[in-house]
Amino acid sequence: MNNTVSVLEPARFDVAAVRREFPVLARTIHGHPLAFLDNGASAQRPSAVIAAVDDYERHHHANIHRGVHALSQEATALYENARDRIVPFVNARSRQEIVFVRGTTEAINLVAQSYARPLLRPGDEILITHLEHHANIVPWQMVCDQTGATLVVAPIDERGEVHFEAVEALMSPRTKLLACAHVSNSLGTVLPVHRLVAAAKARGIVTLIDGAQAIPHLPVDVQALDCDFYAFSAHKVFGPTGIGVLYGRESVLERMPPWQGGGDMILTVSFAKTTYNALPYKFEAGTPNISGVVGLGAAIDWLGTLDLEAAHAHESELLAYATEVLEGIEGLRVIGTAADKASLVSFVVAGVHPHDLGTILDQDGIAIRTGHHCAQPVMDFFRVPATARASFAFYNTFEEIDRLGASVARARRLFT
Amino acid sequence: MQLADLYRDVILDHNRQPRNFGELSPADATIEGFNPLCGDRLTLRLRFGDDRIEEIKFDGAGCAISTASASLMTEAVKGKTRAEALALFERIHLLLTDDAAPVDDEELGKLAALSGVREFPARVKCASLCWHTLARALRSSQGQGPAAVSTE
Repeated sequence: MNNTVSVLEPARFDVAAVRREFPVLARTIHGHPLAFLDNGASAQRPSAVIAAVDDYERHHHANIHRGVHALSQEATALYENARDRIVPFVNARSRQEIVFVRGTTEAINLVAQSYARPLLRPGDEILITHLEHHANIVPWQMVCDQTGATLVVAPIDERGEVHFEAVEALMSPRTKLLACAHVSNSLGTVLPVHRLVAAAKARGIVTLIDGAQAIPHLPVDVQALDCDFYAFSAHKVFGPTGIGVLYGRESVLERMPPWQGGGDMILTVSFAKTTYNALPYKFEAGTPNISGVVGLGAAIDWLGTLDLEAAHAHESELLAYATEVLEGIEGLRVIGTAADKASLVSFVVAGVHPHDLGTILDQDGIAIRTGHHCAQPVMDFFRVPATARASFAFYNTFEEIDRLGASVARARRLFT
Repeated sequence: MQLADLYRDVILDHNRQPRNFGELSPADATIEGFNPLCGDRLTLRLRFGDDRIEEIKFDGAGCAISTASASLMTEAVKGKTRAEALALFERIHLLLTDDAAPVDDEELGKLAALSGVREFPARVKCASLCWHTLARALRSSQGQGPAAVSTE
């Protein structure tokens, strides 16, 4: 009997086992095994999520918070239990701080319209960075138009980094809100959010962190971060589309008026006066995406079965390897070379437009994103119309990166 | 569906060395085309003599399909009347979108190379941007339509 266990060798992350959990990864595309390197746009679903949504749809669906019948009670329990699992996932203080929304975009719009709009006066400022996704730019431009406030944009450097000092220098007594990404979707840059939030808080500036790209790659602890709002989408973290979370500090959410009116967000309605429901229901008007919430809960449960530290370490190795492979290709330039990056690589190849690259890679079964990544100011900064972006999840492999490199090299040969 | 169908030699050649690329001054019509989803941009400039396209130039930034399509288009429509150029636009629109549209090499000449695009639905917008821009330019120079066009 050999029961020797090596305590010196760290457990390797079992990529093959994780891949078996994702049915779509067994597909072939144009005759090649799918290499899905577009996780930054949307990650794939594990069987556990698919099964949970299927079970809900087959056996438990009814409207929530309404009926006394069994199905309504089951659906309500599934929906609210999912909320309870998100509380520890981001380390919120209570379930009152977890508001279900359609996604990160809706979360930011909710804060813009419910928190910022009633508060802002002409001359007030909202501070963002040059790296933001359009979803963290346009809602603020809209609220600036509505209130006469000004949008102030902190610069980035040629590596695509946001320097703490550069943002801090723009914080003024007029700054009412700091809204920035945790991780840049176009470049992968990890922003110094802890220091930024601390500096903002010291000046009484309310903070929103766009966590859409961070949530699959980094542990998120909203209490340690001490931000007032944190937004993310379920589909970036292996859950369904059309559902997301706005974390809000309870004391801030309490002061905010409802954004949308309707059923579920009220206590009593008469034509003379309506009283609003308590948190978080005040912000959840109408029948929500119940199956989406169930799927998100299942995704969080499933992530809980993984060694996330090992998973994230694997992602870092993928990033390092992909950077090495891609930088070895003549004429290829990596856009965004920050010291601290999440596992995605944006790049351009001299003489090959990103869209042509996208088509050629697709023919080889490799899915990447090409375009401006909803971050046109970033493209303008680097003076490129678009980039190709390979974004990795822990189910990706080194072999897929070899295929990526070979396919990019082939595209270059075709065009030059 | 073969890559070689999409990236035919004619397409690759016109991407590497676009014809009629650059400024045109003076121009009778200047019109911009934009594909907001992918960021492709082009500017068409036309000069008319009587009812004919006497000179046409384009510039901008786009993928190989978009660049080659614009280059081939400028070669094809130079010297044509407005009505002839609009008829060609209709023909190419069908070629790009309708699988049943005939690929008559003789009539289309080099433009037949664009027929491979219809096997790649995601790329039809790339090939058609310049043609929509041209159609708008021809119509707006007759006093119709806006001065910019988008294929989204």
